[in-house]
Amino acid sequence: MNMESWVITLFFVLPFFCAFVNPLADRIFPGVQRVLTTVMTFALLILTIFVCFYHQQTIVYAVGGWKPVGSVPIGIHLVLDGLSGFMLLMINLIGFFSAFYAIDYMKEYTGGKYFYVLICLMIAGMNGVVLSGDLFNMYVFMELAAKSSYALVAFGLRKDELEASFKYQVLGGMASLLILFGITMLYWKTSTLNMADISNLLQNSDNDAFILFVQLILITGFGVKSALIPFHGWLPDAHSSAPSPVSAILSGVLIKASGIYILMRLFINVFHPDEYIALVIATLGGVSMFVGALLAVGALDVKRLLAYSSISQVGYVVMGLGLGMTVIAKGEDASAAALTFTGALFHMFNHSVFKGLLFLNAGSVEYATGARNMKQMGGLAKYMPVTFASTFVASMSIVGIPPFNGFFSKLLIIVAAINGEYYFRAALGIIVGVITLVTFVKFQVYTFYGKPAFVSDFGESPTFMKISMISLVVLCFVLSILIIPEVRSLVIDPALDTLLETNGYSTKMPGS
Amino acid sequence: MTLYLLCFVLFMVGIYGVLTRRNLIKIVISLTIMEFSIFLMLALVGYVSGGQAPLVLDPETPYVQVVDPLPQAMVLTTLVIALATNSMLLTMAIRLYKKYGTFDIRKINELKG
Amino acid sequence: MRGMSIIVKKVVQLMSALIFVFGLYIVSHGHIDPGGGFTGGVVLAGSFIVLILAYGVDYFKLKKQKEITSLFENVSILILLLFGLSGLFAGSFYFFNNYLSPGAPGTLISGGLIPFYNLFIGIKVGATMFVIFLALTIYKEEASK
Repeated sequence: MNMESWVITLFFVLPFFCAFVNPLADRIFPGVQRVLTTVMTFALLILTIFVCFYHQQTIVYAVGGWKPVGSVPIGIHLVLDGLSGFMLLMINLIGFFSAFYAIDYMKEYTGGKYFYVLICLMIAGMNGVVLSGDLFNMYVFMELAAKSSYALVAFGLRKDELEASFKYQVLGGMASLLILFGITMLYWKTSTLNMADISNLLQNSDNDAFILFVQLILITGFGVKSALIPFHGWLPDAHSSAPSPVSAILSGVLIKASGIYILMRLFINVFHPDEYIALVIATLGGVSMFVGALLAVGALDVKRLLAYSSISQVGYVVMGLGLGMTVIAKGEDASAAALTFTGALFHMFNHSVFKGLLFLNAGSVEYATGARNMKQMGGLAKYMPVTFASTFVASMSIVGIPPFNGFFSKLLIIVAAINGEYYFRAALGIIVGVITLVTFVKFQVYTFYGKPAFVSDFGESPTFMKISMISLVVLCFVLSILIIPEVRSLVIDPALDTLLETNGYSTKMPGS
Repeated sequence: MTLYLLCFVLFMVGIYGVLTRRNLIKIVISLTIMEFSIFLMLALVGYVSGGQAPLVLDPETPYVQVVDPLPQAMVLTTLVIALATNSMLLTMAIRLYKKYGTFDIRKINELKG
Repeated sequence: MRGMSIIVKKVVQLMSALIFVFGLYIVSHGHIDPGGGFTGGVVLAGSFIVLILAYGVDYFKLKKQKEITSLFENVSILILLLFGLSGLFAGSFYFFNNYLSPGAPGTLISGGLIPFYNLFIGIKVGATMFVIFLALTIYKEEASK
């Protein structure tokens, strides 16, 4: 390994450092933590771009310098490969824009210093999850991110926020314990926690009943974490109760980093892709897509509507994932799997950008009017042109209107489903697209058109909120060029290669 | 094998408690039961028949038969996480009690998830 | 009279110092005996908690104690992080590298950096436990007001 690889520890050391310097700095210079956190997240973004685009190779880093004994790895390892790099880019992008947006938004809350501590810890946790090469270490980082998100959901300390947080904690706690149970069973079977080593050991044995049981337990756990439909009870409450920049991070990246990313990593890279497990995952995804979209149509609260639509959009990603796994498990053409995985990864990135943007928009509407119920709004387009325009772009993206990014990723998933002759899933994708269209037309009409429900004693949002929203709007346009293969090979293909090599992950051990 | 199954039964008891109890504090207790069943499971997984505590007491003969220390380290780490979980949950329960005047979840229903 | 009876107060006064010393013993022998930073830290926090239990609560004093204790917690975790980072700059580029010489196994001065980690984890855990106790007590006081 080369000497610069210690850089990857900075991904969680920097936010940790920032988190605990914040309250100290706040004693001396009140308010400085806003600047500190924003600068820190920006530094992380630069670091991610450097690591992903300039360094472009797999890094395996042994924490504490523990060398493997023979071929048995000991100690904790960090692994940075294509998929981790892709997730890091997503996390730190949304993290930066949320922190930037929060500079103005959090002024109305008291206790701002704790907000920044928690948000730094959450970013540290998510970065740790995607970098970890060790199951238990991954679990610890996942808990770190989850614990800070519990506290952030209850940040306003109102009745409904506390209730949402309690519900989130109980369900999230049960999910974490199920995951820990799965990890224990895996350790019992393989006597190791290193994921590459587990992958190596499981390669030589068939999927017996024990492993299937572990897989089902893990699917349940990560299903709760990523809010797939039978396990979604906490998400609409938690995501709509949190302060808006936090909702953007929760919905944009947390459910992906601590749910879908680990599903991808475990079920494609560590376990054998199994046909029945793939069917379970694809079914969960399909059901989430459809039911989530139906729930979103009925919602009247702006942030609840966005939260339900998160369930539906995450369903697309999971369905694409399940589809690709089925193709791999059946041993069919790898290019078909490549197409679905590209669609899933691309849609995941797109969703984090436009759903982050939509939550920031909802936050700025709430900041200006103090209302979240759509029936109380109307005619806001006149007063808030920037918010109106950015919401329009984000809605068109999520619905899938051609020049915007959401169109291309949905198209890829649907085309892949048709190519693989899964016509029912392709039809489901199109139907859900139509329902999403209805949802967001309703959102636009109620909120921004019609006759003004307010007297005009408010204006556009403050500067930092505007800059953050406009940057994400630009990203919504820019990301659609990822459909061009040359550009795609820079961003998505490293992640895609990681997924396609399936058990090739087992070579990513130190000393090999 | 019976012991492992008993751990699983304890886990299920915890899940049953979380799903059926109506009192916030009892829900927290049920979550703790789930946690402890996993701690027992981890300790069992690491147990080697006839093994000693994994300490190097005599530098001349360091390799006596010891139990696997890794699950014990995992239990300690998870214990810290469980401490955080419980204190967060209890804090929320106290705050909720202050707002609603009750621990009964049937009366705490502002939201419909 | 606030708190418990005079007998309990006197006994706790005497015992709390002993409990504190026992906590320090567990923390400092963490690398050679069972125990260590976490266990010892809990005992350290216990020595403060019995005092508050015996002497009763004073709301404003609790707030102040909470401020000071969280400062301790903050500083100790920063020092821990700096210890971890010092591994990076001690020539080997490994995070959390134990670069001091391990010494003879079984003696008090051995284990390289591990006693230092134990010490600061002890302070951190003690402070955290105490803060959790104080926070829960403060919430209870606020709720009963």
